[in-house]
Amino acid sequence: MDLILSSIDILARWDVLLALLAGSVGGVLIGAIPGVGPAVAIAILLPATFSMDPIVGLTVLLGIYGSSMYGGSIPAILINTPGTAVNALTTYDGYPMTARGEARRALSLAYSASFFGGVFSVVCLILFAPILAKIAPMFGSREIFLAALLGIILVVIAHRGQSLIAAALACFGIFLNTVGLEAVKYSKRYTFDQSFLSSGVNLIVVVLGLFALSQAFYLLQGEDEKTRITKLRGGLFQGLRELARHPRVAGVSGTFGVLMGMIPGVGEFTAQFLSYTYAQKTSKRPQDFGHGSSEGLIAAETANNAVPAAAMVPLLALGIPGEALTAMMLSVFYVHNVVPGPQLFQNQMDFVVALYIALLLLNVLVLVFLLFATNHLIKVVKIPNRFLGACILVLSFVGVYSLRNSVTDCLIASAFGIFGFVLKRLSLPAVPIILGMVLGGIMEVKLRAGMARVKTPFDFIDRPIAMILFLMIVGVLILHFIRVLKDRKDLKEAKWSTKHASTNFGMHLFRRKSFLLRERGRKVREKHLKYNPRSTDKR
Amino acid sequence: MSSLEEKRFPGPLRGQLIFAIVFFVVALLLLSQIGEQTKWVKRTKFFAQPRFWPAVGLIGMVVFGGLHLWKLPRRRFDRMDYREWRIWFLAIEWVGWFLLYVLLVPIIGYLPTTMIFMPIITWRLGYRDKRMLWVAATFGTLVVVLFKSLLQVKIPGGLIYEYLPSALRSFFILNL
Repeated sequence: MDLILSSIDILARWDVLLALLAGSVGGVLIGAIPGVGPAVAIAILLPATFSMDPIVGLTVLLGIYGSSMYGGSIPAILINTPGTAVNALTTYDGYPMTARGEARRALSLAYSASFFGGVFSVVCLILFAPILAKIAPMFGSREIFLAALLGIILVVIAHRGQSLIAAALACFGIFLNTVGLEAVKYSKRYTFDQSFLSSGVNLIVVVLGLFALSQAFYLLQGEDEKTRITKLRGGLFQGLRELARHPRVAGVSGTFGVLMGMIPGVGEFTAQFLSYTYAQKTSKRPQDFGHGSSEGLIAAETANNAVPAAAMVPLLALGIPGEALTAMMLSVFYVHNVVPGPQLFQNQMDFVVALYIALLLLNVLVLVFLLFATNHLIKVVKIPNRFLGACILVLSFVGVYSLRNSVTDCLIASAFGIFGFVLKRLSLPAVPIILGMVLGGIMEVKLRAGMARVKTPFDFIDRPIAMILFLMIVGVLILHFIRVLKDRKDLKEAKWSTKHASTNFGMHLFRRKSFLLRERGRKVREKHLKYNPRSTDKR
Repeated sequence: MSSLEEKRFPGPLRGQLIFAIVFFVVALLLLSQIGEQTKWVKRTKFFAQPRFWPAVGLIGMVVFGGLHLWKLPRRRFDRMDYREWRIWFLAIEWVGWFLLYVLLVPIIGYLPTTMIFMPIITWRLGYRDKRMLWVAATFGTLVVVLFKSLLQVKIPGGLIYEYLPSALRSFFILNL
């Protein structure tokens, strides 16, 4: 109880409350505009939060992170375009409901499910905090190294069908992090004798380039989409009642969200996928999924909103960010010399609980805001895409230039902007680069510290948590390879089944004979043409 | 007709080949420089060598980038690829606009540059409507007021502010 009181004491400041309000309302607005995700907003605001207190800065960023998914469901339901990437699954069942004239019901259900997911995860984590505080100190350098390695592997293999390029991009991130003056031996690495590279490649400059500027270029280069918004009818409170009719789906989805959020590198998509599949398999009406099923909508929205609070666990307890947004938040900690990790959980538990209570308040604020302001809010969906691109361009300037007032930073950010633009055009992921940069730095430090006390390779994993993490890494890799082999087999089978030609031996010989005759005929005709050219040929 | 591999490829195929080639070649070039650009320190453990992590990153880039290139379902250029390169090339225009804005802010000042830049780029984008231009200018002003005046983000005052009367000058340098 004392812990909660002292946490409330940290939050009871006008600037924290203002940050909470600005973060929540701003997050909903940003989420509701398709084309501006929380990553863009957090990247732009990051340098501005450096001058604030850690709790104020983090509250703003956490506010945007936690509330953007509420806003993202609005365009997903109304115009079939997800506001943020994680709302993609919401369009499956949300938009068909709108098409049936039940837009208001879908929105209210999405808000209620999101609210439940958000509150559920925060309550879970406040209850688990004492256990986490006991487990966190068991993580030494080796365990943190292995957890970061697991995070990178999970991020890579989460990109199904693109894991090779995701791995290459994660390695690119690891390489980028090594550029500059090395801190232990003071030797230069890949600076090419350029002074601007001696201090390394700044993470925030890369983040702004890859997320904000690339998005601006993408929108500016694209075309405006015409949107038609249906009018909303009916009450927004009915969703809460409807949610109460599906406690099992909501509870399981929330649990998936919490569990998947806690594992670095996994996040919203896996949580949504698992809960949606669970909901569909256990539903009495599985045929409705994808055609406006309320259970599907609940599963998708509850799972994604349960993730932000859980994603803070590896960040706060181990200092390991599991995704791009928490990686950006890590830099806020570093700027204020607050090093997240086991010590933070042991010494500043009230700070951790304060962050969770802030998230709880945030969910309440956002729900109230949305229940009363949705009618006005849906107008932001109409902002033309290309104009939005210009706005992001101007806002990105604030982020990059305010860091060090350096034109070189702006040039580097522009280069990464173009790189990110190309990645977006090719539907390749940019997140592995950021995680490679952050986790690469952590792995370098922790491996050096961990190896100092290791004599044989087995010593590295002779502690229980290190062993568990090592087995998890091996298990995950085995599962991935099994999946790759299965995909290859499927492809072969599909190729086999789509072949029109008969596969018996006689038919094969016949086809071979006709092919050879055809080729022979072609050659003969060519030969004849050489001596007897067509009258229409050029001479 | 596209093969089954091409159909099952996640994302568009146009432009993938050149990206994979450039990525692989750059990774190879960087790896070839590892002897010159990093040091091998004597009496230091293998994992603590300054060369270790750049090598991990670059070897990973070469191996995975190479495998990605090898596994691409289509390894020849096509008309759509040239169209895609054109789009990448055209995006450089927006980099030019951004850098122009960056260069002008320390000279003309944050507020005037943003107030002028937003309507001009809006005009360039094809929005000729007067209302849209006003919205753009207002947005520019609001960004400056929010970030520089209220949040006190570090952006230097413009050179032309020096010519303002002294009372106004410090206010402009600090807030606008």
